[in-house]
Amino acid sequence: MAKTLPKVDVLTVGVGWAGGIIAAECAKNGLNVVGLERGGNRNTEDFSMIHDELRYAIRYDLMQDVSKETITFRNKLDQKALPMRQLGSFLLGAGVGGSGVHWNGHTFRFLPYDFEIKSKTIEKYGKSKIKDGYMLQDWGITYDELEPYYDTFEKTCGISGEPNPLGGKRSSDYPTPPMKNTVMTNKFRDTAKKLNLHPFSLPSANISEAYTNPDGETLNACQYCAFCERFGCEYGAKSSPNVTVIPTAMKTGNFELRTHANVIEIIHEGGKATGVKYIDTLQGEEFIQPADVVVLTSYVMNNAKLLLVSKLGKPYDPKTGKGVIGKNYCYQLNPGSTGFFEKERFNSYMGAGALGQVVDDFNGDNFDHSNLDFIHGGSFVVSQSGFRPIASNPVPPGTPLWGKEFKEKSIKYYTRTIDAWFQGSSMPHQNNYLDLDPIFKDAYGVPLLRMTYNFTDQDRKLNDYLNKQSDKVMKEMGADTVVNYGKLVDYNIVPYQTTHNVGGVVMGGDPNISAVNNYSQMWDADNVFVVGASAFPHNSGYNPTGTLGALAYRAAEGIVKYSKSGGQLV
Amino acid sequence: MSENDERKDAMTRRQFIRKGGYVAGGAIGGGILGASISQMFTPTAPEVSKTKNEVVQKADVERFNQALMFFNKQEDFKVLAQASERIFPADDLGPGAIDLDVPFYIDHQLAGAWGNNARDYMLGPFYPGIETQGFQSHLKRNEIISQGITRIQSVSQEKFKKKFTELSDQEQDEILATFEKGKVKMKGVSSNDFFTLLRMSVLEGVYADPLYGGNRDMAGWKMKGFPGNQMSYLAQIESKEFLEIEPSSLHSHIASPKK
Repeated sequence: MAKTLPKVDVLTVGVGWAGGIIAAECAKNGLNVVGLERGGNRNTEDFSMIHDELRYAIRYDLMQDVSKETITFRNKLDQKALPMRQLGSFLLGAGVGGSGVHWNGHTFRFLPYDFEIKSKTIEKYGKSKIKDGYMLQDWGITYDELEPYYDTFEKTCGISGEPNPLGGKRSSDYPTPPMKNTVMTNKFRDTAKKLNLHPFSLPSANISEAYTNPDGETLNACQYCAFCERFGCEYGAKSSPNVTVIPTAMKTGNFELRTHANVIEIIHEGGKATGVKYIDTLQGEEFIQPADVVVLTSYVMNNAKLLLVSKLGKPYDPKTGKGVIGKNYCYQLNPGSTGFFEKERFNSYMGAGALGQVVDDFNGDNFDHSNLDFIHGGSFVVSQSGFRPIASNPVPPGTPLWGKEFKEKSIKYYTRTIDAWFQGSSMPHQNNYLDLDPIFKDAYGVPLLRMTYNFTDQDRKLNDYLNKQSDKVMKEMGADTVVNYGKLVDYNIVPYQTTHNVGGVVMGGDPNISAVNNYSQMWDADNVFVVGASAFPHNSGYNPTGTLGALAYRAAEGIVKYSKSGGQLV
Repeated sequence: MSENDERKDAMTRRQFIRKGGYVAGGAIGGGILGASISQMFTPTAPEVSKTKNEVVQKADVERFNQALMFFNKQEDFKVLAQASERIFPADDLGPGAIDLDVPFYIDHQLAGAWGNNARDYMLGPFYPGIETQGFQSHLKRNEIISQGITRIQSVSQEKFKKKFTELSDQEQDEILATFEKGKVKMKGVSSNDFFTLLRMSVLEGVYADPLYGGNRDMAGWKMKGFPGNQMSYLAQIESKEFLEIEPSSLHSHIASPKK
């Protein structure tokens, strides 16, 4: 029998960026908040042995232990989904700070076009531009409305950058100057300028100089040590929830961080949540934590799973296109080109997660799509996050994958290649969605989330177009051999692609096609907020964290408002 | 080739390892950061060898962690070692898998959490999937490698009527290639899966921090020009020249646990 604990004002399920922001803002406003986090706690001092490629980048030490919980996957409806038995295509975070600990720190704003993608596409190109089966929808908020929240998030993190010449309007500059450049990134920047493109420094959460944020949290300057993505920062120089919003929440005295608390159900009746049931995984016991407001702030997968398991919100049905929980699951494409340079040797082993140059000329609707058979695009990047020797063995095509020749060439080209690649946007399709698996269960007996996903025609066409652009730029950069990443085949859950999973509990202005409003408040339950990239109705051609942070600040404002007035906020 | 000859040969190859010019790490600004780094006390580490002679002497030091945790038969370990060496052979650039202690790295990994798939979803039911759904075998990594090593031996007997360890380099390559191509019948797994696992383990043993027992004397890193665990590149990041930096391992900043 689960023990019922004293009620709190607000509880968050997960304590990463979303949970941390909600906790800090609600606690600052006098609400008492409990953060239920299924992993353990960690701080800067936990990362003194972080320069270990095998432990962190290959064995995924900071990631979710999939022996306890994973997802199942199939490409299409008529296949049997099977468990993702090992991490691969994306890396689910675990523990306090979530993916905000091991991210690279690319902190973009989406384009104004993204938030009104359906209206703007129809307005410019006509209804026929959106092909059958694509569930494009506006976000129920505009860029201008979201801008102040982007600004807040960037100031919390101390983001280093310079304005995107093709991006939306900014109310203020980035809080810290751009990161340094290297031979690699300068080569891309110079070539892009020569080709009349508009390069700018990658907005970075590994910050260029020491910085104290408006909450009084201090971050150190990035040391370019080259262990960022998949690693925690041993310097406290990468903005993470652990060095910003979580300590801010703690200082108020209104926040309790409860680790090893794995939430398995949202308890609700009559369109209102009363609390959650969780397992204390150290004690091995179940507890019920009542709360006035329940905020789901775990990763995309678990936000959707908890709603489905708890039977809250109408599950999406791909056959009818009706229902909302699980719909519009989107991912991203990674077209691009590798350039092999015979005469130059780069300091490839140095770097920082978000050290790079970006070109946005092929992103969103920044280029004319009238004669193209796809919409949107992607941001184009040369970044130098630090190439490490186990994973980085680039060889020209035709090279065997082992033996003398492989050894010689993989060693030679380790410091003689540059990659210029895109984060290609991803459009929602009727057949790509999340629901519960009928067979497989997690370690606690709860069904696994089932992902049904494949790339679509839109993706394939966009991919080919972007490959052509990267080939062209890479040749111009002076590479002796240029090899692009090739055509898109069926989505495969094995090779690492990106941890930019979005959707499943999407936001919008219409309860028939969205699960939450623009405060991330559920249409079907006023006191449940579902915060994170799960709210994105499609994925843009950028890293999602900037937008996730902005939406979390807006949600926090909504929760404070709701706690005073109640009811639907929109 | 006798073991003694092999050892001598290995030493000669090690002498090829060129030492890069040392570039000092950038100074790191004070505050909390400076304090935390100065606390990272380096205990009395074995002296870094500076001459060719010393390199040879160091190689002779007995390494007590070099014994088998996973394999039972020394013959199986020898097959693993020689297969690893064909995947990453010694050449003019530097040592191969055996001289880098890769076989011990693999044996020790197979005995531990990774070899036993401790962090993988291993609950049933098991169904064969399609390629895009990833690995679906019920076998653990150490069971796959074990079975693969046994199959390498039986395939050498079938093909050449000899033990794998008695074959020429070229014949050994031929055998391994049939595994790579998925042409060898195995139970519960394809021979390509086995080969992919073996290949990846070899690269790990070559390039992982020496704390795991491979990458002997950081020679894998030296060959590749990877400086390992460096605290900062702040002073070098903008350099227009390629910099060869003497590698450093995690051992260099472990604090003494003594009172």
